[in-house]
Amino acid sequence: MNEIAPTHTIGAYVPMVDGPEKVSGRAKYTADILQPGLLAGRIFRSPYSHAEILDVDVSAAQKLPGVIAVVTGADCDKTFGVLPIARTEHPLARDRVRYRGEPVAAVAAIDDATAREALRRIRMTVRELPAYYDAKEALSPEAVALHAHKPGNLERDVFFELGNVEAGFAEADLVREGTYNCAEVCQNQMEMHAAIAEYDAVRDRMAVHASTQVPYYVHLMLARVLDMDMSRIRVIKPHVGGGFGCRTETLNVELIAALLARKARSSVRIMTTREETFITHRGRPETDIRLKIGLRRDGRITAVECECDQRGGAHSGYGVVTILYAGSMLYAIYDLHHVKYIGRRALTNTPPCGAFRGHGTVNIRFAFESLLDQMAQEIGLDPIAVRRANYLNAPTFTDNDLMVNSYGLPECVDWVERASHWRARKGRLPKGKGLGFACSHYISGASKPVNWTGEPHATVKLKLDFDGSIVLLTGAAEIGQGSSTVLVQTVAEVLGLDLARVRIVTGDSDVVPKDNGSYSSRVTFMVGNAAIEAAQNLKRVLVAAAARKLEATPDDVECLGELYRAGAQDKGLTFDEVVIEALKDTGTITVTGNYSTIPESHGGKKYRGAAIGGTMGYSYSAQVVEVSVDEETGVITVDKVWVAHDCGKALNRLTVEGQVQGSVWMGMGQAMSEEAGYHDGLMLMANMLDYRVPTIQDSPPIEVGIVESNDPHGPFGAKEAGEGSLAAFLPALTNAIADAIGIRFNDLPVTPDRVFEAIEKRQRARRHGTKGNSA
Amino acid sequence: MARILELILNGRRRVDAVPDNLLLLDYLREIVGLTGTKTGCDGGECGACTVLVDDVPRLSCLTLAASVQGHRVDTVESLGHDGTLSAVQRGFHEKLGSQCGYCTPGYIMASVGLLRRNPHPSDDEIREGLGSNICRCTGYVKIIEAVKYAAELQSAGVAP
Repeated sequence: MNEIAPTHTIGAYVPMVDGPEKVSGRAKYTADILQPGLLAGRIFRSPYSHAEILDVDVSAAQKLPGVIAVVTGADCDKTFGVLPIARTEHPLARDRVRYRGEPVAAVAAIDDATAREALRRIRMTVRELPAYYDAKEALSPEAVALHAHKPGNLERDVFFELGNVEAGFAEADLVREGTYNCAEVCQNQMEMHAAIAEYDAVRDRMAVHASTQVPYYVHLMLARVLDMDMSRIRVIKPHVGGGFGCRTETLNVELIAALLARKARSSVRIMTTREETFITHRGRPETDIRLKIGLRRDGRITAVECECDQRGGAHSGYGVVTILYAGSMLYAIYDLHHVKYIGRRALTNTPPCGAFRGHGTVNIRFAFESLLDQMAQEIGLDPIAVRRANYLNAPTFTDNDLMVNSYGLPECVDWVERASHWRARKGRLPKGKGLGFACSHYISGASKPVNWTGEPHATVKLKLDFDGSIVLLTGAAEIGQGSSTVLVQTVAEVLGLDLARVRIVTGDSDVVPKDNGSYSSRVTFMVGNAAIEAAQNLKRVLVAAAARKLEATPDDVECLGELYRAGAQDKGLTFDEVVIEALKDTGTITVTGNYSTIPESHGGKKYRGAAIGGTMGYSYSAQVVEVSVDEETGVITVDKVWVAHDCGKALNRLTVEGQVQGSVWMGMGQAMSEEAGYHDGLMLMANMLDYRVPTIQDSPPIEVGIVESNDPHGPFGAKEAGEGSLAAFLPALTNAIADAIGIRFNDLPVTPDRVFEAIEKRQRARRHGTKGNSA
Repeated sequence: MARILELILNGRRRVDAVPDNLLLLDYLREIVGLTGTKTGCDGGECGACTVLVDDVPRLSCLTLAASVQGHRVDTVESLGHDGTLSAVQRGFHEKLGSQCGYCTPGYIMASVGLLRRNPHPSDDEIREGLGSNICRCTGYVKIIEAVKYAAELQSAGVAP
């Protein structure tokens, strides 16, 4: 009896709780939810980049036999958008279209072939307007405004100078400036956007199944655009095939499905094509960066000046937040004091960008770590030594008032230095091979939610009933990142129970408490803390019941998971016996756990928007990338990546490793091959052959070191693990290429043709510079 | 035009009337209701719809249903034995070869096909065998581990 001990899984390698469904094909994604009579929905999209809509004639489509409903902008005059200050989009364009592919009309028909035929019969009459595919063109004084309330197409400009940048540069031994360009990239998650809307005409209720990261925001926006009471709406999030940020805001697909379903007084399924999924977009904006750094001979950074231009696309989405993150997250990784940031977000006639993994931080980090590497080389310091000279002295607050507690960056740096044998190998590799190093960081949830309601940041419910099983109810959106697994582990850990005792229910607004959603790496930290509190509350109820039955005081009751006892000699009560006793008073037990961030983490007020960047805990990452460059072809091979990630505490080592590897690899795609290009506003590469995601044959081994800095506020000490390691790959790669062939690439992606061209250019210059030496 | 399609689907004989232009993918998903096979692209780019036709991996989105007349077709739903997971399924589950799970059925069927041809593939042979599938979550590291683990389970006779 005394051998009974609580079960622990925190810190172990735990396969995902929903894994068996995924490997057997039983996991249902939105498009898999089949039911008889489901109508097929299709969207008619604008062939124009920028135009005034004079007429949308759907009469021929409506007359087609089998067409049940057609909707246009005339059916909905409400706007939607994630930020209350920037709701500029209509589910279906009204008056004006602003990018090629913007939804204009939609049809619901008895089958897909009929719906497609109906689209061919829709006629759109417009007056074309000048279109801007480039941030600079859009911002030029003579440009036509995309949105009347944003003259000059400047969606948001940001300026701050904290400290004295001129004085800082004056203290430096070396000042260098670089310009950088990062191409626009897309999430390209495996599941294409889909939605099923079921309208119950008898009760005037709407149920929507959506492939989303944010069921709550979808709920809010459905109510808004349908002009329906929120209580009449139900949002269901089935299994979701990845998100990476493109589903962090409500998308037009789910809203259009609902508008169609209501008009058809029936159920409608929209399954977008891959091309439509690309055009729905919400990727990372094309970014131009001018960066200037001052460095002392001892490696200390004396000042930073950064100018950042983002091509935002036709609507805001998260854009205001993105341009703010790019500035605020210059901080919280190194000890910086004289920093100036100028950010501009332009509105352009391209699909709207959004909150891609590593939101706002990635391109800036690429520029920063690239320039720092170049300057370290010039001043004669090891790149790692330069980082070491600039560590934060945590716990601390940065100059822009970001709260930094746990800070595992030094351990991350040490780990990759050791694992890659940096000291022995750097500068000693054969010709054409190189090693590069870089760091990055990310937030564990934005401390201030975008929709401030005054409620806790996260709420979890636990239900315990006669059968002795605990049901964990949460709105946290499992999208493949493992949130359900980590929450089940968390509850089981507090109660000392096997994972099998705990079942999780997510993603149905009829059943689960509201949750803000899966974005900004908030779930483990915020919902995890709420789950701990809920489990502690349940434990208190169970201990009290056991005490009553054992005729002991609660303080004397020991909880061993499956056994509760008072004193080591007591034979105690089984978990099931305790449950029976506990139910006597109240029947089914439900308990709540909440979590709210502390005001100190909310960022500052030193400039407008300074709250963006505030979080309860920053994750840290260091990376070493080893490359081989084929100078004949320009092909770069990544031979190996060593990455160390400070996630505070690895609640599940298996999923932490998976998240870190996935982040690094996604950074590799952006760095080496991915790029969303446009021709007259038409998205080129809107398929998976031309949009070149690295294949398994292009992808390197990625060795993960887990650093545990035990955050004082994190659940069991944990911080985020799913985003922070993405950014460091980009500069670590280009730094490695510079190490291998002596050429620095400041523009991404570094494709073979760019490498080849740069090598050719250098050879031409050498031939020119050394006359008579060429063959 | 429609025709009568007769095939062995997941070990069982099945007869359906199908339009001539129906894709095998749509036949499986929309007519039979086997939604484990996924649509991930607009045709032949991602491998999410991979099934086995006579033990050979095939993209069901580029295959007409009518063309498998008289053939054996196996989908992810055919795997597992007595309600337990097969070796490849265990590999993807236990080694986290699957995160969001959307590409997983395609990877699993491509891996089953690979291990039938080559029960002990090297890392490079796994890369080659799974080269026409795309995963956006894992970075592939744990997919390779999953397939190697599955090969071990199979050769040790632990799981079919």
